[in-house]
Amino acid sequence: MLIGSIKSFGRYCVFMTQVIRIPDKWREFFKSLVFEISKLGVDSIPLVIIISLFIGAVICIQMTLNITSPMIPAYSTGMATREILVLEFSSTMMCLILAGKVGSNIASEIGTMRVTEQIDALEIMGINSANFIVLPKIVGFILFVPVLCILSMFMGLLGGAFIAEFTDMLTLENYVYGIQSFFIPWNVYYSIIKTVVFAYIITSIAAYYGYYVNGGALEVGKASTNAVVSSSIIILLADVILTKLLLQ
Amino acid sequence: MIEAKHVSKWFDGQRILYDVTATFETGKTNLIIGQSGSGKTVFMKCLIGLHTPEEGEILYDGRRFRDMDLSQKRKLRNEIGMLFQGSALFDNETVLGNVMFPLKMFSPDTHKQQLERAHFCIERVGLKNADDKFPSEISGGMQKRVAIARAIALNPKYLFCDEPNSGLDPQTSLLIDALLSDITHEYGITTIINTHDMNSVLGIGENIVFINKGHCDWKGNDHTIYASKNEDLNNFVFASPLFKEVKHYMEKRELDQK
Repeated sequence: MLIGSIKSFGRYCVFMTQVIRIPDKWREFFKSLVFEISKLGVDSIPLVIIISLFIGAVICIQMTLNITSPMIPAYSTGMATREILVLEFSSTMMCLILAGKVGSNIASEIGTMRVTEQIDALEIMGINSANFIVLPKIVGFILFVPVLCILSMFMGLLGGAFIAEFTDMLTLENYVYGIQSFFIPWNVYYSIIKTVVFAYIITSIAAYYGYYVNGGALEVGKASTNAVVSSSIIILLADVILTKLLLQ
Repeated sequence: MIEAKHVSKWFDGQRILYDVTATFETGKTNLIIGQSGSGKTVFMKCLIGLHTPEEGEILYDGRRFRDMDLSQKRKLRNEIGMLFQGSALFDNETVLGNVMFPLKMFSPDTHKQQLERAHFCIERVGLKNADDKFPSEISGGMQKRVAIARAIALNPKYLFCDEPNSGLDPQTSLLIDALLSDITHEYGITTIINTHDMNSVLGIGENIVFINKGHCDWKGNDHTIYASKNEDLNNFVFASPLFKEVKHYMEKRELDQK
């Protein structure tokens, strides 16, 4: 298993050396880039909005139920909700969710291109297929993922605000005061840095699994699953390392 | 002209090709035939450069493929058109987009000239009113035609076709064969067709190479094939009762003529 993992890592490195090259035609690259930003990024907005809104609301309820005490200021709920959203949810949790959506999309798309010989067709034409197909996906998602991260933070906080406004669990004034209290701007940068790294992990690993599919439709499905599982594990590992590096 | 000299190929220690030598002539429809698993697809992939043979060499008009550097190989690939078994059209591009693709990537022409060329190629393969359709919206035969149009868009010197008739009805197969033969003669292309369709073999086989269990077992054309004494070739080509009848008829006619 260890030797297999080392081999896979070596093949991934070789694959990335093919991917990270200057594009043959910048015009085609930018066209693909805009398309990928739309497909991988903009199309993920509804999912991010829905999940963040509800999770923000749930975090707010949980915080209110669990930390309400005469010893703790009332605004702590807002502050705790903000910290959870900014530090972990909008970066790590959101990227784990996006690994499922974006990762499986990339792996199955490239895998299908492989089994239907579209990648061979590109190679025959003399095009660096890895660079042509994968680079716009990686760059596109990396460029757009900070937008999703900020949007997730905003929608999560908005979800909490709905709870404050429409229930009698806490007041909106306390909640708003809480989310403004002891705010550390670096935490937002930290979160964005993490999402950029996670975006690279999601797209490159999914592309790797899709690119090396061998067989038919069944293998494309397997590659898609493997891509999501592997990228999720590596995201969690990277989260630990980045947290240690950036917050200490 | 493409020459394969003493080509041998192994996969995971298993030998697939044994010292295959063949010449594919310019302006002719050259056929590679053989049973499934005989190694003809591997041989074709060695010719194109998708597989690297462990022994032997491939020459494109005297240019040794193995000795070419990356830029020379890329230049050579611009001279190659390829028709894949499953057409390999880009799903997210329309018919016009597919044919335009190689032009956009490699042609120095203006966009208007590229469009004219793409329309010419689409018309040349007999497609009309299909420019804006996606591959999933057209039939298998039409997909093959689009793939041929894409393959000839850059005026290739060499055209490779991997089982161009697979999955097509007999009538459409004949149309595709006729189209490939016409294009080959019209533009003087070195066309190599990998097939086990006997209508193609007997209809457009100007130069035939029979691959059997990884060996080049027989070479000839659609006329000499009737007189072949190669048992494996006869069992393969004239397997069906209809083709057996054809062979008997041709042999009888030859005897009568003598």
